[in-house]
Amino acid sequence: MNIYRFELKGYLGTLWIWILSLIALLFMYMAFYPILSDGAMMMDKILENYPEELLKAFGMGESISFATVLGYFTFTFVFVQLCLAVQSAYYGFNFLSIEERELTADFLYSKPVTRRSVFVQKYLAAATALLLSDLAVWIGSFLAIEIFRGGNSYDFGNLLILLVSIPVFQLFFFSIGLLVTTLTKKISSVISYAMALSFGLYILNAVRSIVGGELLGMITPYYYFEPGQILTSGKLNLRLTMICVFVILISNGLGYRLYLKRNIHSL
Amino acid sequence: MDIIEISNLTKYYGKVKGIENVSFNVKEGEIFGFIGPNGAGKSTTIRTLLGLIFPTSGSAKLFGKDCIEFGSDIRSAIGYLPSEVFYYEKMKVKDLLKYSASFYKKDCTKRINELSEIMELNLNRRIEDLSYGNKKKVGIVQGLLHEPKLIMLDEPTSGLDPLMQQKFFDIISEENKKGATVFFSSHILSEVQHLCNRVAIIKEGHVIKVEDIKTLREDNYKKVTIKGNSLDYVRLNFEGVSQLVKYDHSSSFFYKGDVKFLIEAVAEQEIQDILIEDPSLEEIFMHYYK
Repeated sequence: MNIYRFELKGYLGTLWIWILSLIALLFMYMAFYPILSDGAMMMDKILENYPEELLKAFGMGESISFATVLGYFTFTFVFVQLCLAVQSAYYGFNFLSIEERELTADFLYSKPVTRRSVFVQKYLAAATALLLSDLAVWIGSFLAIEIFRGGNSYDFGNLLILLVSIPVFQLFFFSIGLLVTTLTKKISSVISYAMALSFGLYILNAVRSIVGGELLGMITPYYYFEPGQILTSGKLNLRLTMICVFVILISNGLGYRLYLKRNIHSL
Repeated sequence: MDIIEISNLTKYYGKVKGIENVSFNVKEGEIFGFIGPNGAGKSTTIRTLLGLIFPTSGSAKLFGKDCIEFGSDIRSAIGYLPSEVFYYEKMKVKDLLKYSASFYKKDCTKRINELSEIMELNLNRRIEDLSYGNKKKVGIVQGLLHEPKLIMLDEPTSGLDPLMQQKFFDIISEENKKGATVFFSSHILSEVQHLCNRVAIIKEGHVIKVEDIKTLREDNYKKVTIKGNSLDYVRLNFEGVSQLVKYDHSSSFFYKGDVKFLIEAVAEQEIQDILIEDPSLEEIFMHYYK
């Protein structure tokens, strides 16, 4: 497991900054909740005057109210999701391609290690890093809500379901990144790929909520795991979750196969 | 025993030919040179042997095992030094070497220290702060720290000053004396001349000759230079002459054949001076490249 250790050490170097940022984001958003909940009636009135489409685009459509803890948390979590998507996509596009981009592939692959082992160890290291971010979001969400809810009650079960959905959500972006890496010859700028994927699908879901219908939603995990829907109903949409799992399995499997036979070119 | 057995190895990059039907063997304990101009397919062959790229057809065996199927086993006994070295920039040299050693099932600390001392390598610096030559030294130590049975070098000396080159060759010869087989690609022929027992010459993806370095030299080619004011070039172009070059008042050519016939032919000319010598390896190879 030497590659795993090596990779994880690499992740940890920057991960703690990312984790702190995620927690800070949660706290900063939730810190405004007490003020907003006091004037919640007014806030909801203001929002009523907003165009319906705009609210929907921010995941605030339907019956979500700023006044309730989870209603406000919905608004917060949309941004957390976006951050997690960028991170997961970044890892997905990066974790195999980095050796070729930074030309260290010759070093690694000329060592007595199978492609399978490289893949598994690198995959696990990235998954560990994602899980650590996950943990940060779990703990951060819970703490932020507890600290700022100010006596307002909320359904913990519904929150739990949303938080549990995160790993699947992350894996979706990670797996797409992985698949695209193995399909392309070279990923030159990981961050632009990651941004394109995570924001692109986000916008797609925003468009979907404005125009209505479900078809567009079928291809974006922001729709599979819409915080507003999960926090109000307390349920995952089973059909959409299955689609997501299916996409993950297919991209992982296909990416792995392609990677085993990938030619590592010299300069 | 043959350490490397390559049979009909072919690699196409899409439609572009890398190598085609390459076949040759390298015996245990040999220093084997792999010679060719840039783009001839040297790196393609080496990278296939290492499992970095996958052959389109044909196969190669190292230590009697298929290089793709048993790649990871095989690589535990291989030390590889590429022509351009790149390592994890943020790491310290000693951490990189430790990481490299962690892939092998033995303690390499002693050898790391020995090699770094010989190569005058500072272990505490960061890779990103190293000059190209120093990175190359890291490459050498990293390739040899596990005392490999087969050393693969892909144009290894670029970026090393002559002194370091000498040290490097000394290390390689020493490893060879200890029993390591060396497979060595280069386009610098003088390197090969000193070190190798046998060479394969590759050109445009095809191996055109595998030869003992001695035989190659003794291939009966003579390089002849003659001086004279009125040389008859038509009659100079007799059988066995190749690469006839005309200068003002002198001429040079290669001759293969009966030396007596050469002397007679030259004697007919009005010559002022003559030089008959063994061609350098460079010149022999230029002959094959053409």
